[in-house]
Amino acid sequence: MIGGLFIYNHKGEVLISRVYRDDIGRNAVDAFRVNVIHARQQVRSPVTNIARTSFFHVKRSNIWLAVVTKQNVNAAMVFEFLYKMCDVMASYFGKISEENIKNNFVLIYELLDEILDFGYPQNSETGSLKTFITQQGIKGQTKEEQSQITSQVTGQIGWRREGIKYRRNELFLDVLESVNLLMSPQGQVLSAHVSGRVVMKSYLSGMPECKFGMNDKIIIDKAGKGGVTNEAGKSTSGKQSIAIDDCTFNQCVRLSKFDSERSISFIPPDGEYELMRYRTTKDIILPFRVIPLVREVGRTKLEVKVVIKSNFKPSLLAQKIEVRIPTPLNTSGVQVICMKGKAKYKASENAIVWKIKRMAGMKESQISAEIELLPTNDKKKWARPPISMNFEVPFAPSGLKVRYLKVFESKLNYSDHDVIKWVRYIGRSGIYETRC
Amino acid sequence: MTDSKYFTTNKKGEIFELKAELNNEKKEKRKEAVKKVIAAMTVGKDVSSLFPDVVNCMQTDNLELKKLVYLYLMNYAKSQPDMAIMAVNSFVKDCEDPNPLIRALAVRTMGCIRVDKITEYLCEPLRKCLKDEDPYVRKTAAVCVAKLHDINAQMVEDQGFLDSLRDLIADSNPMVVANAVAALSEISESHPNSNLLDLNPQNINKLLTALNECTEWGQIFILDCLSNYNPKDEREAQSICERVTPRLSHANSAVVLSAVKVLMKFLELLPKESDYYNTLLKKLSPPLVTLLSGEPEVQYVALRNINLIVQKRPEILKQEIKVFFVKYNDPIYVKLEKLDIMIRLASQANIAQVLAELKEYATEVDVDFVRKAVRAIGRCAIKVEQSAERCVSTLLDLIQTKVNYVVQEAIVVIRDIFRKYPNKYESIIATLCENLDSLDEPDARAAMIWIVGEYAERIDNADELLESFLEGFHDESTQVQLTLLTAIVKLFLKKPSETQEETHTYTHTNISPSFDSDNPDLRDRGYIYWRLLSTDPVTAKEVVLSEKPLISEETDLIEPTLLDELICHIGSLASVYHKPPNAFVEGSHGIHRKHLPIQHGSIDTGESPVSAGPAAPIEQAQSVIPSQGDLLGDLLNLDLGPPVNVPQQSSMQMGAVDLLGGGLDSLVTVCMFIFLYLLSLFPQIWLPAVKAKGLEISGTFSRRQGQMYMDMTFTNKALQHMTDFAIQFNKNSFGVIPTTPLPIHTPLMPSQSIEVSLPLNTIGPVMKMDPLNNLQVAVKNNIDVFYFSGLIPLNIFFVEDGKMERQVFLATWKDIPNENELQYQIKECHLNADTVSGKLQNDNIYTIAKRNVEGQDMLYQSLKLTNGIWILAELRIQPGNPNYTVKHPRLSL
Repeated sequence: MIGGLFIYNHKGEVLISRVYRDDIGRNAVDAFRVNVIHARQQVRSPVTNIARTSFFHVKRSNIWLAVVTKQNVNAAMVFEFLYKMCDVMASYFGKISEENIKNNFVLIYELLDEILDFGYPQNSETGSLKTFITQQGIKGQTKEEQSQITSQVTGQIGWRREGIKYRRNELFLDVLESVNLLMSPQGQVLSAHVSGRVVMKSYLSGMPECKFGMNDKIIIDKAGKGGVTNEAGKSTSGKQSIAIDDCTFNQCVRLSKFDSERSISFIPPDGEYELMRYRTTKDIILPFRVIPLVREVGRTKLEVKVVIKSNFKPSLLAQKIEVRIPTPLNTSGVQVICMKGKAKYKASENAIVWKIKRMAGMKESQISAEIELLPTNDKKKWARPPISMNFEVPFAPSGLKVRYLKVFESKLNYSDHDVIKWVRYIGRSGIYETRC
Repeated sequence: MTDSKYFTTNKKGEIFELKAELNNEKKEKRKEAVKKVIAAMTVGKDVSSLFPDVVNCMQTDNLELKKLVYLYLMNYAKSQPDMAIMAVNSFVKDCEDPNPLIRALAVRTMGCIRVDKITEYLCEPLRKCLKDEDPYVRKTAAVCVAKLHDINAQMVEDQGFLDSLRDLIADSNPMVVANAVAALSEISESHPNSNLLDLNPQNINKLLTALNECTEWGQIFILDCLSNYNPKDEREAQSICERVTPRLSHANSAVVLSAVKVLMKFLELLPKESDYYNTLLKKLSPPLVTLLSGEPEVQYVALRNINLIVQKRPEILKQEIKVFFVKYNDPIYVKLEKLDIMIRLASQANIAQVLAELKEYATEVDVDFVRKAVRAIGRCAIKVEQSAERCVSTLLDLIQTKVNYVVQEAIVVIRDIFRKYPNKYESIIATLCENLDSLDEPDARAAMIWIVGEYAERIDNADELLESFLEGFHDESTQVQLTLLTAIVKLFLKKPSETQEETHTYTHTNISPSFDSDNPDLRDRGYIYWRLLSTDPVTAKEVVLSEKPLISEETDLIEPTLLDELICHIGSLASVYHKPPNAFVEGSHGIHRKHLPIQHGSIDTGESPVSAGPAAPIEQAQSVIPSQGDLLGDLLNLDLGPPVNVPQQSSMQMGAVDLLGGGLDSLVTVCMFIFLYLLSLFPQIWLPAVKAKGLEISGTFSRRQGQMYMDMTFTNKALQHMTDFAIQFNKNSFGVIPTTPLPIHTPLMPSQSIEVSLPLNTIGPVMKMDPLNNLQVAVKNNIDVFYFSGLIPLNIFFVEDGKMERQVFLATWKDIPNENELQYQIKECHLNADTVSGKLQNDNIYTIAKRNVEGQDMLYQSLKLTNGIWILAELRIQPGNPNYTVKHPRLSL
């Protein structure tokens, strides 16, 4: 199991050091600093073995978090734990920075004592941790409150406490997708996938039972079989439904129920959380198409022309569009002409950055640039990194639609109709690249 | 309120000031002071002298202050055991506190204080806490049992804590169950043979129920534990799988990987033709792909595991090659792993896409990545025959780029392509020859030389090309020298000179540089060729130009038994390193190696009273033989460069004859290790049939992947069948005992023989034998009990972690008294320091340091025996003087 956890600043000074196992000595702290943080060459693996001791590390801005062990631990668990640890710290004191860590070191030790016992991760839900790790002491609690805390920390529904009350029952659903694309210069899709998240903010009283429905192909087909089976009905439902490759759920969702009936039911945590993640690869709406044209004119000049086309309903508006066209290292000067937005050559980033604030669907725009090159005797050809794009669109490129979100709370007197629900779709570019 | 100010005090007299503050009357002041102490402790200052003052602050109702004091105690109690006792009363009192959080805190902290006297006081409070009404206290107490076991295992057993822990598996609270499972799993690892966890169908059912309800971490503990269970039949395996599959949709990637591990193991038990088997295979693929959309570190762990999974069951991900395409801004460790998996999944169906990708990667910036991409193109050519032509033309394009490392890497893989498809692509040789001058890496040079030698008859100026290499013969690496030697002989045989005279001059001028080499391998090869050529050119032709065996399609495959073991460790560090746990975990040689379950029915034939469980390993003879071949190949350096192409059998004989022939005197004296090798290579008859009523046993000892084995062949030379085999060892010097019962389950029929490989470990009783490595064995069958004895070659006791830290080596070397030192000389050994250390390393004898004193090479070696005894040695090698001086003190730690 986890033998110890250290947090360092960018210089390699220890900010937090907590050892859980006897086989980890103080020298482990130094071993990691010398061999990883101060290593001459950048370390090429997140797992390092130094003198039969294994180190796992992640970096958050310029802070290093390292777990050390001498045993055959579950590696995936260690990394998941480190991520979780970052989340917990962030929710207590915001950004993970040297200053914040120093300012809260007592709190961090207290948290580490609670969420890792002898190197075994324990309950690490911020919701329940915040009920008893407060930095204020727990003197004033009554016996009932204490046992409520412990039953929540260890209980089946560790993520929600009893007795929550809201005057107005409200919930917000955000479908956030990031669409990833790799396209060949000829416009062939090499790979494309959407990774999406359903993020929910719920402000509901009591212990409500929720049921979430979307246009998942498997469910719709199932329902279709039972009901109308004429050809027309089938084809329309087929068009509206999407094939989900895989999805993962927040721990509040009853996985066995999803496995057997494919229904998503849960008792939600209070406040904001991520309900599910999913991935689709079929029938993705690619909001933009990039058509590059790069021509080498002699040895000292490049001509670049890039056309972007928006491919969605004309009534919708895409925002924050940015096209990044890489330039060779030996670029000496660039002249750009663009029809829309602003374009600039950024020498420090070796790229032409073209920004457009808004663009409606079914439009196209063009940029052309002349790049002058310094003559070099470097034999190696320029690697031509792909042209990448950023944007935000108000729909889900996977085609996912929320069909319903039902809330049942039998003990309190509010019904599904009384809950105010909001749904929003945002599609963002993930790694959206076209080779040139 | 900011705490960062505590980090900034570094005045003189700080400790003194802190002492005063800790004894301040005001509570707030004391708390501030303790915070300062903890900050100082964090940055590594020694604040242990404040122990009594800090402990005085313990009696407080301020929980924050209490926690800080506890933190201090955990750190320093060990260095101040007497004073730590002062804290005991406070702990015992806290264990009775009405607040469950405080009870748990006390029991949790007490377990972390590794002081014997405190541990004694811990027993009673712990017993109460294990039965506490509050689940929070019980789950903390469960982990505390594991802590206590780590300090004093005997006490935990005597006090009956293990039984209480087992009772907690039936607890109503899922988190208590999960922690109890975690604690029991850890404890049972140090008791390999006890059935601590007692995994029976009822308990499994309890675990599966808790699985649905506990935290994500608890689910990991439970799944990891489930993966050690062996279901009794396929129905049970299937029903467990059904209840584990929903976990594949969990957001926590560790839960997913642990579930994958359970399913991969239990898949072995399901009949291949069943519907469920195929459904399950289909269900495994999407979650594995989803893991790749996680954070880069998790992606890395996932990719290392997927690498294993595609080797074990390629069908799972064969449709998904696209997700392994490299993204421009993936971290380098993710890129390299993806590339590996792409090659494994490459097939005729997707080869066009894969090649296009690889070509793209070959123009990236990172040198390692580019090299690997180029190598990958070659592997594609070898794997998918239809694509070979396109791969070759892609490689030629890359050679045209003239980027130095790309060219070299391309030439290395083209050599392999020539091996796989002889006489097909020679037209490109001309292009290759153009780049001769730019090759500066041994691999590439050797590859080029091999190509020239192999196709000497079609290259007009082959002799000139080779001669250009010959000029700097002595500066080349061994690999290039060996290849060059062979290439010259090939050239000669393919373009024979007219007269006998010329032959002689030719060989003499071209082969003779090898005669005065320091490297015995090179020298011997030179002599062999020279003798062959001068006595019987026809035979020489047969040997050197014989048909080469085909090279395999898949490269870098993990050896099947190791792969199976790693599959049992999916998600863990072992699966990241691709090494079994005992290769990197200290003190683990007693640990059971994990095996995939074996489908029942296949071993249920015949009664097998000796075999204890269904998991008894049956090593396949197939996997044993090649590893021996490898050893020999390694020994004679046949694997370097293209092989000399003599059939396996005769090469063995040749090696042996030469050894005895005396011409190769140095080989005989390579520190007697070769003899040890041969001892382990050639089976000896331990028990002749006449002495054992018709049973003949022959065998050897060997060490493979850090595990010792006794490889035996049982032959029945009697007229009746033999059953009920069992084996036992007498006490011996190294405490060697068999790890598993003798894996012979079927009766041995007359004139039948069976090969078994018995894993050994060294945790048995020890008694000094004479000679030291003598082993007395008793074998029983339905006829009688027979006794025999054999000598164990010492080198199988040299463990893989025998490499001592330099500093430690230096310190220990100095500490050894002179009277412990032995010194002797090894005569007539013509090896240089590097080759010696290379050879010794193969036997787990490591070179710690090397220095040159007055023209003499000094090598410092260390090795470790299975019983923890370190042996250090100093080797002094004088160039020119073939005598080695070995000075070696021994010591035991």
